[in-house]
Amino acid sequence: MKTIGFIVNPIAGMGGRVGLKGTDGMVEEAVFLGALPLSGQKAARALDAFKRLEKTADVGLSFLTPPGGMGELIVRSAGFHPYIVEANSSFKATTFKATTFKATTSKATAPSTAAIDTIASAKHMMNKGADLILFAGGDGTARDICNAVCDKIPVIGIPAGVKIHSPVFAQTPEKAGELASQYLEGKGLRCVEREVLDIDEEAYRKGQVKTQLYGYLKIPDEQGRLQSRKAGTPLSETASQNLIALSIIDEMQEDIIYLIGPGSTTRPILENLSLPFSLLGVDIICNKKILCKDARERDIIRFVQNKAFKIIITPIGGQGFLFGRGNHQISPQLIHKAGKENIIVAATLQKIGSLKGTPFLVDSGDLKTDRGLSGYIRVTTGYRQEMVYPIQ
Amino acid sequence: MTINKTINGFKHHPYIPNSAPQIQQQMLEEIGLSSLEELHEQIPDSLKLKENLNLPKALTSEFELKKHVTGLLSKNRHCEENLNFLGAGCWQHHVPAICDEINSRGEFLTAYGGEMYNDFGRFQSLFEYQSLVGELVDMDVVNVPTMDWSQAAATAIRMASRISGRKQVLVPELMEEDKFLVIKNYCSPDITLVRVGYESETGRFDLADLKSKLSEKTAAVYFENPSFLGFIESQGQAISDLAHAAGAQSVVGVDPSSLGVLIPPARYGADIVCGELQPLGMHMNYGGGQAGFMATRDQEKYVMEFPSRLFGIVPTNTAGEYGFDDVAYDRTSFGHHREHGKEYVGTQSALWGITAGVYLATMGPEGMKELGQTILQKSQYAIHLIDKIPGVKGSLFNTCGFKEFVVDFNKTGMTVDSINKALVEHNIFGGKDLSMDFPQFGQSALYCITEIHSKQDIDCLAEILETIVATPKR
Amino acid sequence: MERINRDSKVRKNFHQAKWDEPIIFQLSTPGERGIQVPLAEQEIQDIVGNGFDSLPLKMKRDIPPALPEISQHRVLRHYMRLSQQTLGADVNIEIGQGTCTVKYSPKINDQLAKLPGITALHPLQPEQSVQGMLEIFHRTDGFLREISGLDRFTFQPGGGSQGIFTMASIVHKYFESRNQKIQRNQKIQRNEIITTIYSHPSDSAAPAVKGYKIIHIGPDKDGYPDFEAFKTAVNERTAGFFVANPEDTGVYNPRIREFTQLVHDHGGLCGYDQANANGLLGVTRAKEAGFDMCFFNLHKTFSTPHGCGGPACGATGVTKALEKYMPGPFINKADDGFGFDDQNSPESIGKVRSFYGVAPVVLKAYAWIMSMGAQGLYEVAKIAVLNNNYMFKKLMELECVDAPYIKGRQRVEQVRYTIEKLTRDTGITSGDIQLRMMDFGMHYWTSHHPYHIAEPMTLEPTETPSKADIDEYIATLKHVFKEAYENPDIIKTAPHQSVCHKVDSSPSDDPDQWAITWRSYLKKTAVKVN
Repeated sequence: MKTIGFIVNPIAGMGGRVGLKGTDGMVEEAVFLGALPLSGQKAARALDAFKRLEKTADVGLSFLTPPGGMGELIVRSAGFHPYIVEANSSFKATTFKATTFKATTSKATAPSTAAIDTIASAKHMMNKGADLILFAGGDGTARDICNAVCDKIPVIGIPAGVKIHSPVFAQTPEKAGELASQYLEGKGLRCVEREVLDIDEEAYRKGQVKTQLYGYLKIPDEQGRLQSRKAGTPLSETASQNLIALSIIDEMQEDIIYLIGPGSTTRPILENLSLPFSLLGVDIICNKKILCKDARERDIIRFVQNKAFKIIITPIGGQGFLFGRGNHQISPQLIHKAGKENIIVAATLQKIGSLKGTPFLVDSGDLKTDRGLSGYIRVTTGYRQEMVYPIQ
Repeated sequence: MTINKTINGFKHHPYIPNSAPQIQQQMLEEIGLSSLEELHEQIPDSLKLKENLNLPKALTSEFELKKHVTGLLSKNRHCEENLNFLGAGCWQHHVPAICDEINSRGEFLTAYGGEMYNDFGRFQSLFEYQSLVGELVDMDVVNVPTMDWSQAAATAIRMASRISGRKQVLVPELMEEDKFLVIKNYCSPDITLVRVGYESETGRFDLADLKSKLSEKTAAVYFENPSFLGFIESQGQAISDLAHAAGAQSVVGVDPSSLGVLIPPARYGADIVCGELQPLGMHMNYGGGQAGFMATRDQEKYVMEFPSRLFGIVPTNTAGEYGFDDVAYDRTSFGHHREHGKEYVGTQSALWGITAGVYLATMGPEGMKELGQTILQKSQYAIHLIDKIPGVKGSLFNTCGFKEFVVDFNKTGMTVDSINKALVEHNIFGGKDLSMDFPQFGQSALYCITEIHSKQDIDCLAEILETIVATPKR
Repeated sequence: MERINRDSKVRKNFHQAKWDEPIIFQLSTPGERGIQVPLAEQEIQDIVGNGFDSLPLKMKRDIPPALPEISQHRVLRHYMRLSQQTLGADVNIEIGQGTCTVKYSPKINDQLAKLPGITALHPLQPEQSVQGMLEIFHRTDGFLREISGLDRFTFQPGGGSQGIFTMASIVHKYFESRNQKIQRNQKIQRNEIITTIYSHPSDSAAPAVKGYKIIHIGPDKDGYPDFEAFKTAVNERTAGFFVANPEDTGVYNPRIREFTQLVHDHGGLCGYDQANANGLLGVTRAKEAGFDMCFFNLHKTFSTPHGCGGPACGATGVTKALEKYMPGPFINKADDGFGFDDQNSPESIGKVRSFYGVAPVVLKAYAWIMSMGAQGLYEVAKIAVLNNNYMFKKLMELECVDAPYIKGRQRVEQVRYTIEKLTRDTGITSGDIQLRMMDFGMHYWTSHHPYHIAEPMTLEPTETPSKADIDEYIATLKHVFKEAYENPDIIKTAPHQSVCHKVDSSPSDDPDQWAITWRSYLKKTAVKVN
């Protein structure tokens, strides 16, 4: 018996159709503009795969889902009988009405009720032993899930929101269902960590894109079992990350200080050195010993004063930001001081592939620094394997 | 005569349906071009040839082609019309007709990289090949074949180096020179090969020398059974024990045609076994019938180091149906990453693997036992006869060998080269001249006897050898 | 009788042969024999005994290997059936295995390679007894020199990857012997090989075995290797540049000469991956493009069959200057016939394969070139490119198909398409399409991993298919794409008409479950008794 957690953020995606670039804190406005909840329909499309799974693969399934529009309705209409996870929800009503949102949505700064519910349900599911959580929403929902379960159980996002920047979402709702059912069927899929990103919607609405890295979720890796039988053994992403780490470690020089930026690509460096690391912060090491974990800009400046140092970073998947997203601790001054030749960029070929040929981006906050980095840079992509890649 | 300074194609070629001008025109129109010359637009003129290549005129009819090639081949004097005693890495065995029948099947012959569904037969027959060789070597893991024994040995050595994390490999002084060169090139620059001396009476490892060379740097000890020069390395267990005590891997190369009578290396401590498949159903093909195999125990640390494909049996979603799959496809996610990935895989020798499977299924346990026994008897008989020739020593080494043996001609005062030249006049290909690769043995030759040699053949060899060495020196 | 309607180009009633054969071990019946061995004559036995007893005691195998015992006809039937369950080029319109150049392998050539004049040759026979064979090697070498413009070929490499490895070995030896001549303090570490993302993965993997660091160059917006990136990559550490042209995308880099020149300016060597030279025969050559080395896959461009993945040949050629590093021995022509060099050059890399390579493959390639002549090779290149561009045009008319880079321009012999739109619209991926195409008896290939083009589809019609064949392939693809929109379930659950149904891959990654041999399978699936 496999247990699936199924969560729908019923308001996700509502902002898009009415041009609001996201629905965080904007439900009222969205509803006012005539938006209709769409995420439920999308989520339903993902469930088709499970019908097939039950039928052909003979895998017993049980669903854990919040009541009403947050999952229950959709699961039931797909013909399954879910166990309901109470989540203090204000969306218990079997049909949702715009008025429900009006009454419960709080101001833009506070987390919405939807967020609270999402987090609570996901936690319940995890505690009740769900094998995987399938959630429908956008980047905001992914953040909530990340808050609730970190990387403790695998999840898959059904793309239903306005902003889908985080690579935790499947390409289509059908693919999400497919991937989930393959994973549950025990198709030997491994899990990989993917970034949870979100853009600042306030800024986005004003035409600025400011991406933030919020954390990581663990998702089944479909590349893991996609096989091209004519070729030799391709590397999984996890293996590539490990190779990159080993390559960087082997080339580390004595007495040089290394600032290691956040990311699942850079983390194996510290893991291979058996050093502690921060998930989202910058860690400082020298001679393979940790000097400072989760360093702030001030700490970094203190450590590198009058010392030679190198910066190890990885671009944000799908977007390609090298600086200015999730690693603000590494200030323009530091980047400038290190110089381009002392910046070590690490990225798997899978990650490079996800950029579809668009150059790396830099948004350090200082235009001169940004410009100074433009041109090409060598990226470590494997063990003693590099790629020359453009920076805008 | 005017020189043709133009560039032309070959219309109505039977292998090129669209070389028919009418169809060409139609297709060109579809893509908005008027002539074939407008194709290849991306290639700059400076790189384009302006006239046809300087090659012989095409043999346009199949009949002319056949006549031409059979004409060339008829200049060869092959081993079915001569008596052949050459071995040295390529051996003349009987090839059961069924082996040729199966590997001539167009479906196998022309398949390549399909999936386990539409190339199901390829997957099953290679899985079965692995399984059959597995029985022969008494190990649970066997790969899809590699190029030849030399490549298999080189790869096995790299695997052992990754597993042990060490960079020095001990190999016998008495090994095939070409194989040594292949391994050396494949392993350089990071792995060095060190030669281990031998007992002059037996050819076996000098264990004292082995001990002195084993150290914490030793990744593996590589030896063969039967050895290149035919003798049996009967100290297998002692060698493996010494290797293991030093933290090194025991890597053993075998000629599988011996495994009906000789115990498999796994039973004397081998960790990785490799060898040559050519004796198992492949014609000599002027050295083109070679294919290598590797085998290990079923432990993750070995399986994960194979650079080759490993086919496994799996269920499908339909009850009672066999399916096949690549085992541990993402093999590089484990093991020893610093060793520059895991080598490369590409086209190797799959069809010979299928053929070796057919051979082993046809031979069965009794066939393999009888094959080994016949070879033992016939080669011992040959040694016995040759040894009687004045001035000739039938076997340089005094221990039992398999299939091949070193004949010592030193006391005849003749060179192997001159003896072999004289033998050719009697339609006999004498054994491989060892005087270049093993100068320490002077004028000696490596003779090979298999099941195809009759008593009459062997008698004939001995008789003619005797007259040759008895002839006053030229 | 009414006329039967069989007008559809799509083989809707196809089903691959499915014999449901047991595993060979399950066919065993104790006492059955597949063949008898020629035993030693009684007189021999009388003299040497049973032979077995002379083996050292601890080396004797008393119980023979547990091979199955099967009569000959049953073995034959088993393998005949397995062959029928394999989709070789002889029974199939080979377009779907892009980059593999699967073309017609003429039957006459296979027949010629079965003659005892080659099968029964021992590689160490006296030169005078193998003149015909040496002539075939020598002449084929000559043909490849003319086709490439380079000066000497070896047939030892058993496939493309080993060809690349041979080139990497030569590069290594070249710098090793140069370094011996210069003073220690001037030695430069030549430890980098540059290649491109769309060259074959073996262009990275094989040099890595020689210890090289691999530097990849990505495509620019047109799909050409990014020259600006290349300029920043080439320096005094560059040992070599290994590249395919055209790359897997079918895009030919017209500035290739500038690339090779730049490498030469920095002292490096250039190796041309011509595994697939099908679109270039008699049109353009390695020499003019500035390469020092190249290799041809005789089992691709030169028609010798793929044999389920070998035996094959990656014939590797070099310029005069690099000849001395080649693996020996060379075959030369003298007044008294053909013969080998007495010795390897002292600077040779040694050997990469036993003896001289796969002789039957060399023979088949020789026969193929002889059946083509210069005009035939030119026709091959032109028609391979015509077929590809015809197919390209037809497929680009489909809304769900696209091909990144150089829009509206020709491709050489293959195209890497993307069906990303179809995936977005229907959830059906390129990998799903592959499994469905089998239901119509077709191969279909995506791309190497990781994907740099989303939902890739790589198709290569060589000169072999007729227009009608290509139209059939296109019609089948269209049919499947239509299914993706109308009945995606049938694709997701494919294959239906192939030999077996969806395999369960989960044991393949689990050491406790994977079974690489039958004996291992029996152990791991045995019913546990406490």
